[in-house]
Amino acid sequence: MDDVYKSTPKTLFDKIWDSHVVLENDDGTSLIYIDMHLTHEVTSWTGFEYLRDTGKLVRRTDKTLAVPDHSIPTINQAEGINDPIAREQVEALIKNTEDFKIPYIPLLDIRQGIVHVIGPEQGVTQPGSTLVCGDSHTATHGAFGCLAFGIGSSEVGHVLATQTLIQRRPKNMKIEIHGKAGAGITGKDIILSVIGQIGTAGGTGHVIEYVGQSINDLSMEGRMTLCNMTIEGGARAGLIAPDEKTFEYLKNKNYAPNSDHWEKAKDFWKSLRTDEGAKYDKIVSLDAKNLAPQVTWGTSPENVAPVTGHVPDPNQIENNQERNSVSEALEYMDLKPGHPINEIGISRVFIGSCTNSRIEDIRAAAEVAQGQKIANGVSAMVVPGSGLVKKQAEKEGLDKILKEAGFEWREPGCSMCIAMNDDRLAPGERCASTSNRNFKGRQGRGGRTHLVSPAMAAAAAIKGHFVDIRDFMA
Amino acid sequence: MKKFTQLKGTAAAIDKINIDTDQIIPKQYLTAITKAGLGKGLFHDFRYDMNDDELPDFVLNQDPWKNAKILVSGENFGCGSSREHAPWSLNDFGIRCVIAPSFADIFFNNCSKNGILLIALSEKDVNVLMNDAKHPATCSMIVDLLDQTVTRSNSSTIQFTIDASLKYRLLNGLDDIELTLLQSDHIKVFEEKQKLSHPWLYYGESN
Repeated sequence: MDDVYKSTPKTLFDKIWDSHVVLENDDGTSLIYIDMHLTHEVTSWTGFEYLRDTGKLVRRTDKTLAVPDHSIPTINQAEGINDPIAREQVEALIKNTEDFKIPYIPLLDIRQGIVHVIGPEQGVTQPGSTLVCGDSHTATHGAFGCLAFGIGSSEVGHVLATQTLIQRRPKNMKIEIHGKAGAGITGKDIILSVIGQIGTAGGTGHVIEYVGQSINDLSMEGRMTLCNMTIEGGARAGLIAPDEKTFEYLKNKNYAPNSDHWEKAKDFWKSLRTDEGAKYDKIVSLDAKNLAPQVTWGTSPENVAPVTGHVPDPNQIENNQERNSVSEALEYMDLKPGHPINEIGISRVFIGSCTNSRIEDIRAAAEVAQGQKIANGVSAMVVPGSGLVKKQAEKEGLDKILKEAGFEWREPGCSMCIAMNDDRLAPGERCASTSNRNFKGRQGRGGRTHLVSPAMAAAAAIKGHFVDIRDFMA
Repeated sequence: MKKFTQLKGTAAAIDKINIDTDQIIPKQYLTAITKAGLGKGLFHDFRYDMNDDELPDFVLNQDPWKNAKILVSGENFGCGSSREHAPWSLNDFGIRCVIAPSFADIFFNNCSKNGILLIALSEKDVNVLMNDAKHPATCSMIVDLLDQTVTRSNSSTIQFTIDASLKYRLLNGLDDIELTLLQSDHIKVFEEKQKLSHPWLYYGESN
C-alpha cells in the first residue's frame, strides 16, 4: 500500500484515498475500504433491517462501533427515556447491536456521548484511515488527518454488509489560514468566517485541507470544531495533517495502536502530509490576524458577521434569489438591516453539540462564567459531549462554576443542536448557540439561532446580548 | 430500488436557494423507526401552521400541485443533515424528480439510492422550468431518463446530463449492496494486504 505514495506529488487527501481503493470501476467510481464505521440510533435501523431481510451479516463487527446520542434526554438519563418513540428507537439499536454482535456503548456508560466526541476519545479516529457515520458532521474526524465523511442510511447498510462504499473521487480544495489569530479567536470563529467567504455550497464536490499557522496553533479540540463545520461549507470532509498534538491526543486511547505498533504507526502518520508541488483544484486564502469573533445573523451558516459588525441590508444585494433569501432570513430572525450585532439580545443559551462540547469548550465557558451571574430572563444550558468530558469537567470544578453562575449542567447528548428530545426553543425565542446549524426551525419551530463560540455564548448569557469576548475578558 | 424510466406529471416550484434537509423533513420525524407516513412531514413548516393546519399559500397545498411528482427549486438543494428521511419523504409524497442548478453531495447520493432522479441544469434552464411550474396551464412535464430530456407543456425539450453509471442503476433499479458483494474476493485481498501494512487498524485482531 505504501508504494502508492511514491509517484507524482500527492495531497494528503490523495494519499488516503489512493491507499483505500479496493477497485476502480470503469464508470469512474471507486470501491473504497472503510476502516471504521460509527453508528447511532437515528440512521442505522434501515441498514440492519436490510441485513435481516436479506439474511446477511455485518462484515466487520470489529470495525463498527455504536452509541445512542441523538434522541436521548440530557436530564435524568438514569431514569430511562420517557418519549416512547425515542425509547423504541434506542431499544432497536440495542437489539440490532446484540443480534449482529457489534460493540455498543450504552446510555449510562461513562464512554457514552455524541458520536463525534467519543470517536476520537476512544481512539477509533486515526490518521490516514477512512471513517464514516450516518451523520453529516462526521467531517469532525478530519482533524486527525482521517478521511471522514457523512453518509445516508442506504450507505450505512452498504458499509455494514461490505465494509466499503462506492464513491466518485472528490476534488482537492485547500484553505490556507495565514497569520496568527488574536486572543479570544477560536476554531469556531475561523470556520464561520471561512463559510461566510466560500458560501454553503463553496466546497461541494471537494475535500478541504486546512493549512496555515492558525491551524497549526489550534488544539485538537479547536481542529475538531473547524473540521466539524466543513459540511456547512458544502464539503463532505475536511482534513488537517497530523502532528505531535495529534499523536499526543491519541496516545493510550482504547482503540489507538498499542505499544507493539505505536512507533510504526507514528512513522506512518508522519508521512501524511501533502507533497510539495501537489495540485489542488481550488485554493482559498484567509488572514486570521484581523479576525473578530463571529456571530451568525440569518438562517444559513454563511449568514455571518463579526461581532463588531451589523446586520446587512438586503437591498444592497444584486442577485434576486440571494436578496429574497436574505430578506426572508431577516424576517424569520426578526432583525432589521443595520442593527449592530452586539446589540442583539438573547434569552436562551446552548453550549454543546458535536461542534463545541469538548473539555476545552467547557473550560472556555467556565472561564467566562467564573464569579458572574447570567442575566435576568436568560436561561442557559451546558451539555458536555460525553461522559468522559463531563467527568473531567467535574474533576476540574467547572460544573460548579457554571452552576453558580446560573447555567444548567446536563448529561451528554446531541441535545438542542438537533432538538429531537425536550431540549428545544419555543417559537420566537432567540438563542446564542455553539452548535453548527442556524436553519429555520432547527432548534425548535420558530426558534432563532445565532451560532457562536463557547466563550461568546457564555458572555452573551451573562450580558443578555452579544458582546465582543475580547472586551469582556479584558 | 424502484426503477426510474419516464415520469409524467405536475411540477411544483419552490423558488428558494439553499433548501436544507431540515426544511425538507424536520427533526420530529426522525425518531420513528419506519418510513411510512413521512410524506405527511415533507416541507412540514412550509405546509402547516402551528396547529398543524394546512397553510393555503404553500404550493403543495394547492391544486394541481397537491399531486406534484416533480419539484423545481434553487441552487444547493438538500444541503445540511445527511438524513435519508429527506428522499424517503419525497418518495412517500410522490415526488420522484427534483430539478435545480445544484445539489448538496450527501443528499444527491441518498436520492440515487432511492430511485429519485436529481437533474442539475443551468440557471437559465431552471428559470424556464420554474416559470412553467408556477402556472397551472404549463406545469405538466415529462422527464425521460433514457433520452435525458425534460419535455415542457409546449412540447419543447431541455436536455440534461447524468453520470452514465447512475443512469444505468436508476433505469434498472439496481441494488448497490448486491453488486458490491460480488466483489467480496477483492475486499478480502485488500484486507489481507492492509492487515500486514497497517496492523493497528485491525483492532480486534492485532491490538
